[in-house]
Amino acid sequence: MSDIVRRDPRKEWIARNRLHPQHLDVLSELGQGAASEWPGPNGLVRKNPHAVGFMGPNGIKRIDRSGIQQGAVGGSRGAASAAQSKPLVEIESPAFLVTVVPDMSGGRLSSHDRDLLGLARQLADADPNARGAVLVVVFGGYHREGDGELKEIGFGEAGVDRLLILDDPRFDGFAPEARLGALLAVEEAWTPRHWLVPDSKLGGADLGRRLAARLGERPATGVWQVEPDANAELGWQCLARGAAATIDIRRPLPRITLALAECAEPVDDNRHAAEALDLPQALPSPLSRIEDLGQVPVDPAGVALAEAEFILSAGNGVRDWDGFHAAAEVLGATEGASRVAVDDGFMPRDRQVGATGTWVTARVYVAVGISGAIQHLQGIQTCDKVVAINMDPGCDMIKRADLAVIADSAKVLEALVELVKQQREEQRDAA
Amino acid sequence: MRPEQSTIQPLEITVLVSVGRHPTTGRARRADQDARAVELARGVADARVQLMHAGGKEADCESALRGYLGMGFDALTLVEQPEGADTLPALAEALRGAPPQLVITGERAEQGEGSGLLPYLLAERLGWPVVSGLAAVESVENGVATLLQALPRGQRRRLKVRLPAIVTVDGAAPAPRQSAFGPARRGHLAAVPGGVTVDEAWANWETQPARKRPKRLKIVKAASARDRFKAAAAKAEGGGGQVLTDVAPEQGAEAILKLLKEEGVLR
Repeated sequence: MSDIVRRDPRKEWIARNRLHPQHLDVLSELGQGAASEWPGPNGLVRKNPHAVGFMGPNGIKRIDRSGIQQGAVGGSRGAASAAQSKPLVEIESPAFLVTVVPDMSGGRLSSHDRDLLGLARQLADADPNARGAVLVVVFGGYHREGDGELKEIGFGEAGVDRLLILDDPRFDGFAPEARLGALLAVEEAWTPRHWLVPDSKLGGADLGRRLAARLGERPATGVWQVEPDANAELGWQCLARGAAATIDIRRPLPRITLALAECAEPVDDNRHAAEALDLPQALPSPLSRIEDLGQVPVDPAGVALAEAEFILSAGNGVRDWDGFHAAAEVLGATEGASRVAVDDGFMPRDRQVGATGTWVTARVYVAVGISGAIQHLQGIQTCDKVVAINMDPGCDMIKRADLAVIADSAKVLEALVELVKQQREEQRDAA
Repeated sequence: MRPEQSTIQPLEITVLVSVGRHPTTGRARRADQDARAVELARGVADARVQLMHAGGKEADCESALRGYLGMGFDALTLVEQPEGADTLPALAEALRGAPPQLVITGERAEQGEGSGLLPYLLAERLGWPVVSGLAAVESVENGVATLLQALPRGQRRRLKVRLPAIVTVDGAAPAPRQSAFGPARRGHLAAVPGGVTVDEAWANWETQPARKRPKRLKIVKAASARDRFKAAAAKAEGGGGQVLTDVAPEQGAEAILKLLKEEGVLR
C-alpha cells in the first residue's frame, strides 16, 4: 500500500452534510465521530454546534466547557488515570534517610501515618541539591493476626521511597522487644538521620519511646509543628506538647520524633518509587521477657460506640428486632442505630449514630435498613468500610457503601448468622 | 484492721507518684494516672505497696502528695530533688537500693516535659521489661505477672511478664478511690536525700501555654472552576462501591461475610 492518502470527496461531502442519511456512518468511517469541529475544504474551520456536549443522565444535553469530560465516559476511569498520571519521583542516591515506622492499624496506612509521611517528605526534600529518601519500616504479619492482609498498596502515592517489610511470626501481636531489635538493625544498617514515629496509642508511642531509650536519644514527643531553623543541629526546630497537653515546648528537632496527628499535610502531588529493601543481615532473635497471650474477648455491648471497631447499625427498615440483636451477638458487633430507630423506641438514645448522636470511627460499619440521611452519613464519615443492607437501591447509604446488598435485611442477617455459625462449627470440628 | 501475718512472701510493689496539675484551675493535685496506678496496686492480692516520689517539698506539693497518702498509706518515700532537676538518676538509685518486684507508674506527668519517657528510661537503666497501658493486674505467680493491657477501641490483651518489671497504667484502669482526709494528714513523708542531676536541655527550651492547634482546612486541588464547584457542592459521592441487586439473601450474606473476614473484625 502506498502512503498516499486518497480522499473521497463524496464521503467528505456526506460528512459535512449532517442531514444526509449516511452522515453518521461516514463520520465513524472517517474516524471523526460526532466531531464538532473539522477543517473545511477551503481551509476554513467548520463547526457543528449540535455535536457539542453529551447527553446527561436525564436525557438532557449538557455542555461541559472545562474540556475534561470530552471523550471520557464514566468518571472512575478518569480518576484512576489521574492517580497514574501523577509524576513519578525517584531518588537514586539519597543524601540521607528519614525512617518512618507507621502504626498500620488493620494493615492500612492510617491518616496519622500519612501525616507523618508528609512530615518525612518535608524533612527529606528541604534541600533540593541533597534530597533524602523516606524509608518506611512495616511489620507485616497482618494475615496471621486476624487483621486481614497487608492491604496498603499505595505506599508510593503516600510518599515512600524505600520500603522494608518485615514479615515474621515473631513480630506478631505485642512484641515490642522483637520490633525494637529490628529497628536497631535498621539503625545499624543505614543510620537514618531522622526517625519519625506516630505518638499514638496503637503502638507507635510505645515503640518510639523504647527506641529512644535504647539509642540514648532524647526524643521530642507530641510534636505538632516542625519549622526550619538554621541554628539547630539538624536544621529544624519543633513545637511539642508537654505537661498533659497544657504547654508548648519549642526545641531543636532531635533525631527521634514522636509526632501527633495532623503534624503535616499528607503527600498528594507526586508518586514515589516505594522500592523494596532488605536488611543486610539476619535479625538476632532476642529472648523475650514479655509473652503475648493474645487478645481477650470483650463484651461488644460494653464498648463505647465512639471507639467500637465493628458496628451493626439498625434503622427504619428493620422489622425483626430480635433477629437484629441476635445477629449483633453472633457477629460480636457493637449495636448502633439511626435516629428514627431511637425515636421509635427500639434502641436506647446512647446508641444513636450521627450528627446528633455519636460520631463513630469503626473499621467496619454495617447499616441495616438505613437510608442514609446526611446527618447519619456525617456520623460515619471516618468509617473505613461501610456495608449497606437495604431494600431501596437509590438511597444515599448505597452510594456511600463499599458493599451494598439490595434485599430484605431480616433474611440477609439470618443467612449471615447461619453462615457464621456454620463456619464456627467447622472450625471447632477441625480443632 | 491489719491483715494477719502470712507465711508467703508478699509481692513488693512500688508506685511512682507525681504531683499533678488540675487542668482548669492549675492547682497541684494528685495526678490522675498516678492515682489510678495506686488504685491498681491496691487491687493486687498479697502485695506490699510503697509510694515513691522524686521532687520538692513545697507546701502545695506536699498537699498533693498527701492526697496519695489518703488512699490508705502510712508513709511515702520522698526523694528530694530541687526544681528543674532530672529525677531519673535519683529514682534509679533509690529503686536499685531496695528493688521492688513491680514498679507501677502513670503514663506521663501532668507537669514539666510530660514526655512519658521515664518508665522506659528507668527500665533501660535497671534492665527490666516495661509494659505500657495496663488495665489490670490479673495475677502474680512464681515471679511471672499476668497483665491485662488496654488497647484502643476498648479491646484488651493478656500478657505475661517476668518480674521485676515496670508497668504503666492506662485511662481504662480502675478509677482511683477518694482520698480520705484523716489518713492524709496523719501520713508521713519520709524524705530521703538523692543525688541531683540538673536537666540542662530542659532549661534551654522555650515553653509557653499550649496554643490552640489550627484546624485543618479541606484543601481542594482542582484545575477548573467546575471541579471546585463540584468539590464544594458535593453530596454523598457514588464511590465505586459494589452493589448487589437481585441476589438471594444467602449470596448477599456470603459477600458480607467475605468483607468482614478480609477486615478481620470477625473473631
